Amino acid sequence: MRPDSMKYFDDFRNQNVLAVEQAKKNGKKVVGTYCGYAPYELILAAGAVPVGLCGTSQNPIPAAEKILPRNLCPLIKSSFGFAITDTCPFFRHSDIVIAETTCDGKKKMFELLKEYRPMHVIHLPPGADRAGAHRSWLEEMKLFKTILEDTCSVTITSESLWETIRMMNKQRIAARSLHELNRFDPAPLTGIDMLKALLLLFFNADYEYGLNIAYQLIDEVKEMALKGISPFPGETPRVLLTGCPVSIGSEKVVTIIEESGASIVAFEMCTGYRGFSLVEEGNGSDPLEAMAERYLNIPCPCMSPNPGRPGLIGDLIKEYAVDGIIDITWQACHTFAIEDAVLQHHNQEHWGNLPFLHIETDYSTADIEQLTTRISAFIEIMRERRAYVENKQ
Amino acid sequence: MRFAGIDIGSRSIELVILKDGSVVHSAKAATTFDPLAQCKRLMNGIEATKIVATGYGRKLFTDNGNSNNFSAITEIQAYALGAGRVWPDARTVLDIGGQDTKVISLNADGKVAKFEMNDRCAAGTGKFIEFMATALQVPIESFGGFALGADKRIHINSMCTVFAESEATSLMARGEKPENIAMGLHQAIVDRTFSMLSRVDGKAPVLFAGGVAHNPCVKSLLEEKLTGAIVVPDNPDMVGALGAALYAERKY
Repeated sequence: MRPDSMKYFDDFRNQNVLAVEQAKKNGKKVVGTYCGYAPYELILAAGAVPVGLCGTSQNPIPAAEKILPRNLCPLIKSSFGFAITDTCPFFRHSDIVIAETTCDGKKKMFELLKEYRPMHVIHLPPGADRAGAHRSWLEEMKLFKTILEDTCSVTITSESLWETIRMMNKQRIAARSLHELNRFDPAPLTGIDMLKALLLLFFNADYEYGLNIAYQLIDEVKEMALKGISPFPGETPRVLLTGCPVSIGSEKVVTIIEESGASIVAFEMCTGYRGFSLVEEGNGSDPLEAMAERYLNIPCPCMSPNPGRPGLIGDLIKEYAVDGIIDITWQACHTFAIEDAVLQHHNQEHWGNLPFLHIETDYSTADIEQLTTRISAFIEIMRERRAYVENKQ
Repeated sequence: MRFAGIDIGSRSIELVILKDGSVVHSAKAATTFDPLAQCKRLMNGIEATKIVATGYGRKLFTDNGNSNNFSAITEIQAYALGAGRVWPDARTVLDIGGQDTKVISLNADGKVAKFEMNDRCAAGTGKFIEFMATALQVPIESFGGFALGADKRIHINSMCTVFAESEATSLMARGEKPENIAMGLHQAIVDRTFSMLSRVDGKAPVLFAGGVAHNPCVKSLLEEKLTGAIVVPDNPDMVGALGAALYAERKY
């Protein structure tokens, strides 16, 4: 059974375009973002509307490949293709686009994209474990603050930043509460619906509206879960999906996993847990420093080393009673592809050697049948293992 | 009571019927462009309490059948189960089929521990051999024996079917013996297979199944690499269908 409130999520994209257009009419500046490193607190404190830009569809990729190399990750090609073909309304409406140097492919693509829209590229340090990294990152945040102040003709005060920090924390707490409902067994929300709900919450041009619908959904799903209502039968293997960001439009693997008989209970990705951490609201601290620290600690493979990611996955395995792990890498994404070996090592040494599947794919439909076979075989392994463990108990 | 297993692959369809745990019937047909019709032909006059399908066509088959006694499992599980019957000591199954290669490592109790498949591309599969046999104008059935007539080992670098053909053509233009080129092509397949085997920590003994197990050159090159711990069953292409039939019997 599907929660009634999910109806809001199905038409989200169209609604969101209208909300952005309305905001522009009201004289607000629109700031386009691509990545979880974009500091939404600052954008909101500048009185602007942050929007997530398109990059999850196969459609504009052929256009992008006229300029970019083919052997590049689909997320980069799709983002670029949307922008140059003018098919992303959010890009069109952006007064400024914020990008980050999360990988070589992205940072060089952004150099080309600069021709199409005013853009600011935030420089990330290569790792978070040295004092210099914290200093340079804070400098980047200060620079970004100045750029926003110029773009929006405002001054961002400590008070206004603390206020938007609390707003963003509230949103992340709501996201986590919703996600935690899938600790129930069987899970009350499908992975697809979870992705849609998180998208509407995080990328809503209307902050209050997104938050209120999320609260409504949480209440409804909690009631369902307590009654044992779920779209999945009991015994459904529970999967933790980790890896490159997957979203609506690029949900191919999510659909295959759930149509083949498993349930995705946890998302360790930018569109999931990696985005749930909070800015610490300590007494007397500087809001910009507190905010900067939160972003620098995001456990993204673009950081070297990246100990936070296996740490987070280890916690989620226990909290969500996971039967198996699927690690998805977009083709030609080196950071995630290589970090798979780190995760496999942790799985063998610390996570009880759970069934583990690494998938490398792109946005196209060419490999759906092959993926279905691999994922179905993986689900058979999880089922056998679950039956074996339950028999032993 | 009879139980049927049907393995609908990209090149051929195999059927195995079990009665009281023994194989009482087996048959094989080409897949063609109408696999469903070929399945019906194979199943004609056969009664079974339960039918389990596997292979790429498994969904097509179950979607068009009586859901009560039809079900489907993946080739991975089918080959693991079939291997447990034809060679219970096997710890690894290697299946080189018409369009894909699978390696499956098994637990001590015969269950699937890990597996690898080549997706997306037919490199290193039966299709590659077929293509190269055609390029060298040797019938596919005798291509392995032909390669064993090589007097020199040459290295073919390309694994892509299209690039490997260009490489073979260049070698021919340089006057290289076709037997040596054939051997190089077989070696390329075995090298690729071997790297898949090491990815799943494939342990000996290895059961070599699927249509390509009929090829004596692939078998002999694998034996060189694996120092002999490789077994080809009597009917290597029937292992998947047998596994599906065993699953049908077990689930009844």
